Amino acid sequence: MFENLSLLQLQQYWWIIMSLLGALLVFLLFVQGGQTMIYRLGKTETERKMIVNSLGRKWELTFSTLVVFGGAFFASFPLFYSTSFGGAYWVWMIILFAFIIQAVSYEYRTKASNFLGKKTYETFLFINGLIATIFLGTAIATFFTGSAFSVDKMNLVDLTSGKMPIISSWQNSAYGLEAIWNTNQLAFLTNLSLGLALFFLASLTANLYFMNNIDDETLFQRNKTCLMRNAGAFLLFFLFFIVRLMVIDGYAVNPETKEVFLEPYKYLHNFLDMPIVLILFLVGVVLVLFGIFKALFKVAKNGIWYTGTGIVLTVLALFFIAGFNNTAFYPSSFDLQSSLTIENSSSSHYTLTAMSYVSLMVPFVIAYIWYAWKAMDKKKITAKEVEEDSHMY
Amino acid sequence: MEHIDFSLIDWSRAQFALTALYHWIFVPLTLGLSFIIAIMESLYVKTGNPEWKRITKFWMTLFGINFAIGVATGIILEFEFGTNWSNYSWFVGDIFGAPLAIEGIMAFFLESTFIAIMFFGWNKVSKKFHLLSSWLVAIGSNLSALWILVANGWMQNPLGMHFNPDTARNEMGNFWEVLLSPVAVNKFLHTITSGYVLASIFVIGISAWYVLKKRHVNLAKRSMVVAATFGLIASLYLVFTGDGSAKQVAKHQPMKLAAMEGLYYGSDNAPLVAIGVLENTKKPYEEDFLMDLPIPGGLSFLAFGNMNAFVPGIHDLVHGNKEHGIISYNEKIEMGKKAIDALAAYKTLKKENKTDEAAAQLKIFEANFKYFGYGYYFGHNPHELIPPVKLSFYAFHIMVGLGTYFILFFALILYFNLKNKIENKGLILRLAVWTIPLAYIAQEAGWIVAEVGRQPWVIQDLMPTIAAVSKIDSSNVIITFFLFLAVFTALLIAEIKILLAQIKKGPGNLIESSTKN
Ligand code: HDD
Ligand code: HEM
Ligand code: HEM
Repeated sequence: MFENLSLLQLQQYWWIIMSLLGALLVFLLFVQGGQTMIYRLGKTETERKMIVNSLGRKWELTFSTLVVFGGAFFASFPLFYSTSFGGAYWVWMIILFAFIIQAVSYEYRTKASNFLGKKTYETFLFINGLIATIFLGTAIATFFTGSAFSVDKMNLVDLTSGKMPIISSWQNSAYGLEAIWNTNQLAFLTNLSLGLALFFLASLTANLYFMNNIDDETLFQRNKTCLMRNAGAFLLFFLFFIVRLMVIDGYAVNPETKEVFLEPYKYLHNFLDMPIVLILFLVGVVLVLFGIFKALFKVAKNGIWYTGTGIVLTVLALFFIAGFNNTAFYPSSFDLQSSLTIENSSSSHYTLTAMSYVSLMVPFVIAYIWYAWKAMDKKKITAKEVEEDSHMY
Repeated sequence: MEHIDFSLIDWSRAQFALTALYHWIFVPLTLGLSFIIAIMESLYVKTGNPEWKRITKFWMTLFGINFAIGVATGIILEFEFGTNWSNYSWFVGDIFGAPLAIEGIMAFFLESTFIAIMFFGWNKVSKKFHLLSSWLVAIGSNLSALWILVANGWMQNPLGMHFNPDTARNEMGNFWEVLLSPVAVNKFLHTITSGYVLASIFVIGISAWYVLKKRHVNLAKRSMVVAATFGLIASLYLVFTGDGSAKQVAKHQPMKLAAMEGLYYGSDNAPLVAIGVLENTKKPYEEDFLMDLPIPGGLSFLAFGNMNAFVPGIHDLVHGNKEHGIISYNEKIEMGKKAIDALAAYKTLKKENKTDEAAAQLKIFEANFKYFGYGYYFGHNPHELIPPVKLSFYAFHIMVGLGTYFILFFALILYFNLKNKIENKGLILRLAVWTIPLAYIAQEAGWIVAEVGRQPWVIQDLMPTIAAVSKIDSSNVIITFFLFLAVFTALLIAEIKILLAQIKKGPGNLIESSTKN
């Protein structure tokens, strides 16, 4: 079945899968958002315990999605994997450190003799929530604003010029951190606004998640108040980002010559050229707002599902305008022709085909995760439970 | 290639080795303990005896503490291929990325979903579903081992692919060949069994300590029987799979084998050094034994299943051996350079649309591709291609020596348990406690053999470390190296302290656990 697709179709299929994984990851970042509010929401030890345990049953899911996102990028677009990770070294390293300290914190926080102390593990969770969201958002923004790298495959066979035989190289010594001061087309504002938007989005999703998952009136009210503020801040940064995105020059590819050039209003054009994506985007944004609205004004507990679906659709649309319609999804502002497109950075026809078969497992995986999640969340978290059960974080 | 930044390469290697060795402290326990727990819980479901539930829950707590840090150290390895070996990631991403991605989709989600049920589901799902979850966690963790070891096995013996000169990278030609490669299969079997051995020793050691302290004696003895049975079977199988691995090494990585055995000059009927101490000399490639205990013909047998087979030594491999048809490293370097130059010429000619001449270059390239990686050593001393012999030798012998000892150990423990005499064997119980660190040493030694012994190849014969690394200033790698060292060490200390505290605290008491849950 997949063998009969052309290379380009496979590349598009895999860009859709990567977009979907990215979208699910953004939704699941509510775990990170929640981690930054343990003390803001939980005023007593029991309340904090409920919050931590509510998150503690989901954090592995977010974590594994991140890992799969990385692995799948490696398999489907290896040139992106090697260029971005090896070049924007510090951005990725900082994100990784933030996840290392997260992974132990739930399990170790309240255990006896935990060496670093409860406060430290809580700080770890806070740092993870802050860094992972802001840095991931900023890194994704460079899909639109570009980075300074070059790619030359001839380096591999160059034994004489004294260069290292390495094909991708970053062109500055900030190794990715320059995303927050790069002034080319005010990139730093665009990058940072997406980073902060993602942070507040994760926080507001966490509010909605707690309202759904924890059975406690005080916490419910506190989440509601907090949701209002997070939603306001999110809208501010998100709107700013979208406006910037619509007006900047984007990295377009000439479909005949494969030459990359700067096109004014490229991302606006992408929306207009692909109306379905525009609809996806608008429906997504409306759903995000509707979920918030329901939670705030209808006192509903199921806002998370609307907002969650909305997040997935919105992020999908953003990934689509980054990679489709003859656009370079990982552009180089240093050397336009080094920019990565889904065509020049992908794996071979054979590998994409094999991996496409593997991707058929994804619905199955989602199904059992869904089933397990349902089985576990049938009973909501209560103060009584966290005080009594022997195995608690 | 005067501009190779060796400090960058050495620090990148050091960082990868550091993070991998840390990851490997926690992984084998996960691989084995998950099965031991599943077996214990099966006993509980089958007998309905709450004592088994208490035992299961106790080991599960220790499992959780270990698992968390295993996950923390794993994520970094996944991304380090990109951050520190980016050229490698491009060169083989078409093949290597796939197992990594499949590992995530197939294994990590399985583990992380069902682990939540395993820990928090006692009162929420049915007994059967809970048991199923515990088995799925065990299967999931062992599946993740499968895929990552397929990836590693492919680097030790690349197959199932062809080089595409137009994209300048290797592309997968046959997925099944990659998956079913004998190197990968052996590696997988050997590695997971080594995890079972370590976990068994872990359970026995802690149980022995309880018996010594006369606490939870019933729990300890029951745990010991399960673990010693499991461990004895696993350790016997471990020798078989280790032997299988050695035969694969002999076939595909003769230099690694020579280093493992400290064999400088090859011979027919080559002896296996059971115990040996290498002499200290200035010249790295001319050492000899201060003392050794050789088993005649042993190495020939280990490597080729034939006492009289010829086993090449380091000298034969570097300088060639006409009689046995081994070509020297200098010749290989020549051929590798031809391949690289031909590829360069091909690309230029193709750009200029000179198809015929390009095709001729491609022929030269293909004829010499087998030794592509050697070309990067043009103008270098071929001795640079010899892996660290001492480290390989000692690591190998420590692993094998301990492996032999473990069989004896399991047999003893099982025997005294079944005779119901273990309680007054103080010496054996103390030995059991001290065997725990030995199991960890054997584990780490195994990876040192596998990885140090194949230096300088990241992909055997095709890509050396100098062509695999990410091009960044080495100062950055030095900083991250020390950050990892600090963070991982702090977390390791925390893990050990928490484990010890939990062990001292012991399992919850029987009444509480049987009535409340
Ligand atoms: C408890 C740990 C343990 C024990 C007792 C043994 N091994 Fe092992 N060995 C490992 C743990 C290990 C490992 C950590 O799992 C390695 C590292 C890489 C791998 O594939 O498995 C390994 C690698 C490894 C290799 C290198 C494979 C390669 O480079 O591809 C060989 C030749 C052996 N082993 C052979 C043996 C033999 C003959 C043993 C005899 C008793 C033995 N091992 C016991
Ligand atoms: C199974 C997946 C693994 C792969 C694909 C892999 C691959 C690599 C790579 C790319 C390097 C760097 C290049 C080099 O120095 O050779 C390396 C080095 C190393 N790896 Fe592995 N590795 C794997 C697992 C492990 C594990 C689990 C351990 C041990 C805990 C380990 C131990 C080492 C060591 C000690 C080195 C450094 C050797 C040296 O620099 O001399 N590896 N490996
Ligand atoms: C360089 C190679 C390796 C990489 C890139 C890697 C990657 C990872 C990652 C990302 C995780 C966290 C997964 C999660 O989200 O839950 C993990 C955990 C795990 N890995 Fe590795 N790993 C490597 C080597 C190995 C090897 C050689 C084995 C086994 C033979 C192994 C077995 C496991 C297991 C069982 C876990 C579960 C958690 C635990 O360690 O306790 N890994 N690994």
